[in-house]
Amino acid sequence: MRLEPIDNPSLARKIALPAAALAATIIIGSLLVLAAGANPFATLGLIIKGAAGSKFALLETLNRATPLIFTGLAVAVAFRAKLWNIGAEAQLYGGAILTVVIGTSALAALPSIPHLLLMAVAAALTGAMILLGPVILKTRFGVDEVVTTLLLNFIMLLFVSYLVEGPMKDPMGMGWPKSERLANEARLPRIVTGLRLHWGFALGLIAAMVVWIIQTRTTLGYEIRAVGHNPAAAKFAGIPVNMVLVKTALLSGGLAALAGYSEVAGLKGHLSLDLSPGFGYTGIIVAMLALLHPLGVVISAIFVAGIFVGADSMSRAADVPTYIADMLLAIALLFMVLAILLTRVRLVRG
Amino acid sequence: MTLEVVLRLAGITKTFGDLVANSGIDLTLHKGEVIALLGENGAGKTTLMNILFGHYVADAGTVEAFGAPLPQGNPRAALEAGIGMVHQHFTLAENLTVAENISLGTSSLWSGRLRLGQSKKRIRQLAEDFGLLVDVDAKVGNLTVGEKQRVEILKALYRDARILILDEPTAVLTPQETDALFETLHKAVAMGLSIVFISHKLHEVMAIADRCLVLRHGALVGEVETKNTSREALAEMMVGNKVEPPEVAPIQVGATLLELRHVSTPDMGTAPGLQDVSLSLKAGQITGLAGVSGNGQAALSDLICGLGLPEQGQLVLDETVQNRWNPRDAVQSGIARIPEDRHHTGTIADFDLSENAILETYQKPPMSKRGWMNWSQAKAFTESIIATYDVRCPGASTKIRLLSGGNMQKLILGRVLEGNPKIILANQPVRGLDIGAITYVHNQLLAARASGAAILLISEDLDEILRLSDVIHVISEGKLSPEFPRGTKTPAELGLWMAGQGFEGEDNCAA
Repeated sequence: MRLEPIDNPSLARKIALPAAALAATIIIGSLLVLAAGANPFATLGLIIKGAAGSKFALLETLNRATPLIFTGLAVAVAFRAKLWNIGAEAQLYGGAILTVVIGTSALAALPSIPHLLLMAVAAALTGAMILLGPVILKTRFGVDEVVTTLLLNFIMLLFVSYLVEGPMKDPMGMGWPKSERLANEARLPRIVTGLRLHWGFALGLIAAMVVWIIQTRTTLGYEIRAVGHNPAAAKFAGIPVNMVLVKTALLSGGLAALAGYSEVAGLKGHLSLDLSPGFGYTGIIVAMLALLHPLGVVISAIFVAGIFVGADSMSRAADVPTYIADMLLAIALLFMVLAILLTRVRLVRG
Repeated sequence: MTLEVVLRLAGITKTFGDLVANSGIDLTLHKGEVIALLGENGAGKTTLMNILFGHYVADAGTVEAFGAPLPQGNPRAALEAGIGMVHQHFTLAENLTVAENISLGTSSLWSGRLRLGQSKKRIRQLAEDFGLLVDVDAKVGNLTVGEKQRVEILKALYRDARILILDEPTAVLTPQETDALFETLHKAVAMGLSIVFISHKLHEVMAIADRCLVLRHGALVGEVETKNTSREALAEMMVGNKVEPPEVAPIQVGATLLELRHVSTPDMGTAPGLQDVSLSLKAGQITGLAGVSGNGQAALSDLICGLGLPEQGQLVLDETVQNRWNPRDAVQSGIARIPEDRHHTGTIADFDLSENAILETYQKPPMSKRGWMNWSQAKAFTESIIATYDVRCPGASTKIRLLSGGNMQKLILGRVLEGNPKIILANQPVRGLDIGAITYVHNQLLAARASGAAILLISEDLDEILRLSDVIHVISEGKLSPEFPRGTKTPAELGLWMAGQGFEGEDNCAA
């Protein structure tokens, strides 16, 4: 058996295979639910209801999707250049730290909008700087960025742990390891008063549009795609490959950091170690499911967030652990990767 | 000859797309015989051996080993039939020892433990019998190239090979190692093994082979006993002697547009870099660079394409020494670059025609302005190339990997020739193309010459060089021969230069 490339995959193939991947996910997910001793159909219904069954549920899903849009975009941008940024988690926390530092500083005297902008810029720059190191090591010395960005996640988490236990610990926090709260002027307001959806979500949509425009309309986007597809040809044509990788890293790191900014300024209001339940890693799944398309990232982020929120709510109603959400996502990702592969190659004998 | 026939290939034909790699090739090998398979790069030698060894399946033809038909596309069957192949590029695991590499794959996956003791004993015995000195416990990664090759040969012998196929075995060896290899081969033949020796080095073929088979453009063009032939005759057969009278009108040669002055560059892997090369490209003149592949052509091409500055010497453009030199500088200095590998360096497979057409010019108007792409300009430019250069394709938004080699090359031609370049570097511009596309590319180059471009044509096909070039250089081991004006050297004479003769100075005259 070997793989044979398909030159021009048919539209039917492009639609049928992802659909089959989704069906396979549901079937295997149902078997897991059965194993947990519940009714798969009812459970599936509960997940959907929990994710989108009410205005409250839907807004909760969109709130959860917000950081995933940013980390998903960060990954999608980097992966497009074949820059394997596995460190969105570290960049997210970097952004969160700067958001809290500026949001709790003397600058709080600033009016709300400049203050929020300053926080966002500082957060994005921090994230960009965090990814700059690995990319320079990669372009200069050929150090594998998968390793460096991944390891930076743990370094960053430990650093945050130090900050919230030490210099940034809230003196009024009853001993909990968390930072001071942001000033009210430094909080992202709700989009509609009374509903729990903050402007971070809108910012995510704007970011997705901007990334899409960069990728399709600018010379940088063209360079990023060229470098990702074929660095040798890009170099031969005169594209400054290393510079493009650096720019890609700055964009990617900045986007991931905005996830931290949006979570702190929009939702939590302070820095703590449970700020991100792995949004950086889930961003990889989001980006892969979206086939690295920036607008697709929005949809897949909402889908992924829906599964998490729905599974949370389902586990309260049925007696199935919330871990089913992680398993469903993992299964969906594996099947989707297989479906993507099979749209471009077919298995032949001999 | 009445000896036992151990291997018989009949009517082997193999095509890759438009390219006919092998057409109707017959070959017989007798017991205890060494035959040489001779031909230029791309003549189809390696393809033929890969068919024999089961890496490729032939479109037509049969393979018989020791009288029994050999199923195709099955390397294991070839191994079991007693055929051992030593590839040009070694297939060894660097982190394992010699003994581990040799015994790899010879015991069942389920046997659970390795019986390396017995293996080592047998390997040492084989090494002694065949004069293949190597430490069985050494890590392969630490061995020299010559030693690695001995391991490859031992690997084949360990599997009881009765027929050894050596694909360009001396390409990576020093002369001393080559002598040692030949001794081994003599011993092997004395023990009744048969050998197919693939090479394009004439003196080696003369030294080792009993019989020579010459391939050109995928077809068998000659078969001679070594004792009844000469190097010159083989060279002529190999490169072909059907040079048509130049259809090229003489033209006034203009100023020197690009000059290399005593340039040396670092080696590139196993291929040599340039060694004290001086070269001038003049307006209205095609300079042909002949040579066997891997003799410094890549280094020269990379240098002119802007992928590096010389380690020593100068690159001079319009009488200005270049101190900063990158691909973009080269493009902006008016150098049209047709790269050797149009699939991997010349184009981006998953980009469409428009995106590929603007690869070298996307960063400035009219293709983009202040960082914003102007896709309608790109599309219009691409459509004009498609029309002018007759690129057969569904449209400008077709992915370029769906195009045939010839159409891909036409797009590259359009991309680089549209700006009326002063200098053209064409590295193997027609490799793998069909006759129609070859003629088209050649006519484009001649048209550029007529309009005053200075052209460097790098090719391993001597016919092509002889047909197009006003002056010819031969490159060998990174050194450049003197300049030979059109018609002053026969193919056989150039063939000898290509084989590395003449560079030492004894017959070093231009005319």
